[in-house]
Amino acid sequence: MREKRPGLMVYGPLIAFILGSAFPFYWSFLVASHDDAEFTANPSLLPGGNFFVNAGRVLDSIPFWKALGNSIIVSGTVTVSVVVLSSLAGFAFAKLRFRGRGPLLVFVVATLAVPTQLGIVPLYMAMAEFGWSGTLGAVIVPNLVTAFGVFWMRQYIADAVPDELVEAARMDGCSMIRTFWHVGLPAVRPAAAMLGVFTFMTSWNDFLWPLIVLNAENPTMQVALEKLQSGYYVDNSLVLAGTTMATVPVLIVFLVLGRQIVAGIMQGAVKG
Amino acid sequence: MTSELTVARGRGSQPRPPRRSDNDDSGGRAALGWRDRLTHLDVRFSPYLFIAPFFLLFAIVGLFPLLYTAYVSLFDWELGGDEQPFVGLENYVTLMTDSQFWNAMVNTLSIFVLSSGPQVVVAVLLAALLNTALRARTAWRMGVLLPYVASLVALTIIFANLFGPQYGLVNNLLELVGLDRIDWQAERWWSHVAIATMVNWRWTGYNALIVLAAMQAIPRDVYEAAVVDGASAARRFFSITLPMLRPTIIFVVVTSTIGGLQIFTEPKMFAPAGSSSGGSTNQYQTVVLYMYQSGFQSFDLGYASAMAWVLFVVIIAIAGINFLLTRRIASSGED
Repeated sequence: MREKRPGLMVYGPLIAFILGSAFPFYWSFLVASHDDAEFTANPSLLPGGNFFVNAGRVLDSIPFWKALGNSIIVSGTVTVSVVVLSSLAGFAFAKLRFRGRGPLLVFVVATLAVPTQLGIVPLYMAMAEFGWSGTLGAVIVPNLVTAFGVFWMRQYIADAVPDELVEAARMDGCSMIRTFWHVGLPAVRPAAAMLGVFTFMTSWNDFLWPLIVLNAENPTMQVALEKLQSGYYVDNSLVLAGTTMATVPVLIVFLVLGRQIVAGIMQGAVKG
Repeated sequence: MTSELTVARGRGSQPRPPRRSDNDDSGGRAALGWRDRLTHLDVRFSPYLFIAPFFLLFAIVGLFPLLYTAYVSLFDWELGGDEQPFVGLENYVTLMTDSQFWNAMVNTLSIFVLSSGPQVVVAVLLAALLNTALRARTAWRMGVLLPYVASLVALTIIFANLFGPQYGLVNNLLELVGLDRIDWQAERWWSHVAIATMVNWRWTGYNALIVLAAMQAIPRDVYEAAVVDGASAARRFFSITLPMLRPTIIFVVVTSTIGGLQIFTEPKMFAPAGSSSGGSTNQYQTVVLYMYQSGFQSFDLGYASAMAWVLFVVIIAIAGINFLLTRRIASSGED
């Protein structure tokens, strides 16, 4: 069955959907590029010339660069850690034999359904006790490895790494960790990359816990945006200049890695 | 899945080299004995070391806090207070008669229903569009995924602006086409619609890609047979595609449950000026937002903990019902 090329009936709704998807971003930039009072009186669909003025005011209002740096440090550390530790555990679950492997893996999967976010009260008390509140460690450490990551890597490694290869490495006298390093790691690169992208985005967006445990002087990007918005007099141009500036890095990442993200979601769907 | 795990490396499946073969082909018994023992330890314990980080971390920052939440919920525990008197189940009793809590629970469920229903329908339609022989198909797929990557806080701020009661674009457009302006903040139902719109806007494209992947996994020959039998495109969609997508659709709904019931960022950032009350009469305050307000703005940690536990039980119950439902529907689909 050769399909014919789709026509306007397909492209029309798709274009409409994507325009709808992109519009809020454009709107944000639109408001950010005008003077607030003037824009309220005379809304327009064309960008104004005030963006850099508003951006400058954002830099005066919140520690923008610090927040950006903090978010990169937090998300970067969490991503590297989740990818490495999940690969290690996934490799063990997929390719190594040990007592209790089945039940332990079932346990990992079961924890996927546990809303651990609801444990924030004691977590906060613990962080305060250790003097960690306000530090980046408080938002990094709880996220160093995830059940999703372990399960995802386990599913991938089970198919991608031949048992014979593991066996051969063992016969050559490789220790477990070297077997992982030389046989496991090289094979998991595509899955690790996807896990990395997802972890980075999840961490970048994390809000409730950072809002509780961090403060306005040492925030992540999301917390800084919240502070920007929570002034008593809301200046839309100022706030949306902030959101625009915070969105640009994410959009760049998306343009570079979008293809992989799409592939990752679709591949994960088939496995799940 | 469990059965697959045990089969994956069953003992009898392949002839396996004898375990201690390296004993035979070399001399130096003493040295080997030592190395052997080391290898033995390595084989025996390394797997546990590899999986230990997850279990340790889960125990410390996942399981323990959840259990300790139950403990805290039995006390009148004020943040920074001098003493924390034990009050038994009093927090729970108060909670059960707290109209603000039930209000928040209804809001949460209302927003969840408003955001999962339409989302699935649109995602399936969108996936059907994407499943045609498009030119530059990756570009289209990236296009529908665009909302998913933007940061939630930023997006909510933008949507709060769009839905602004006085100067918001949505109201201006409504007026332009001759409809009444809507106070998207003050009116309970409409505030839920606005928040659900943000959720839908963000997740529909993502779910469309998941549904698309499932569509592409449907065998081609089923469609070919239907075409030969003279089934129209619409008929093929409703009689083949939709039934075969059922497990995926259920999967999408189930995965959105756990996150959807913990919705926080959207109602928090929808309110102006950093308020956590979810509107002047709590018209769009969700359970997690109320928990945040009680625990970290009113500093009543005991009460917030009780709330966390009730929500925890609700989520586990709903997830459990979902799970049973999924199993039944999935197995009835196979017959």
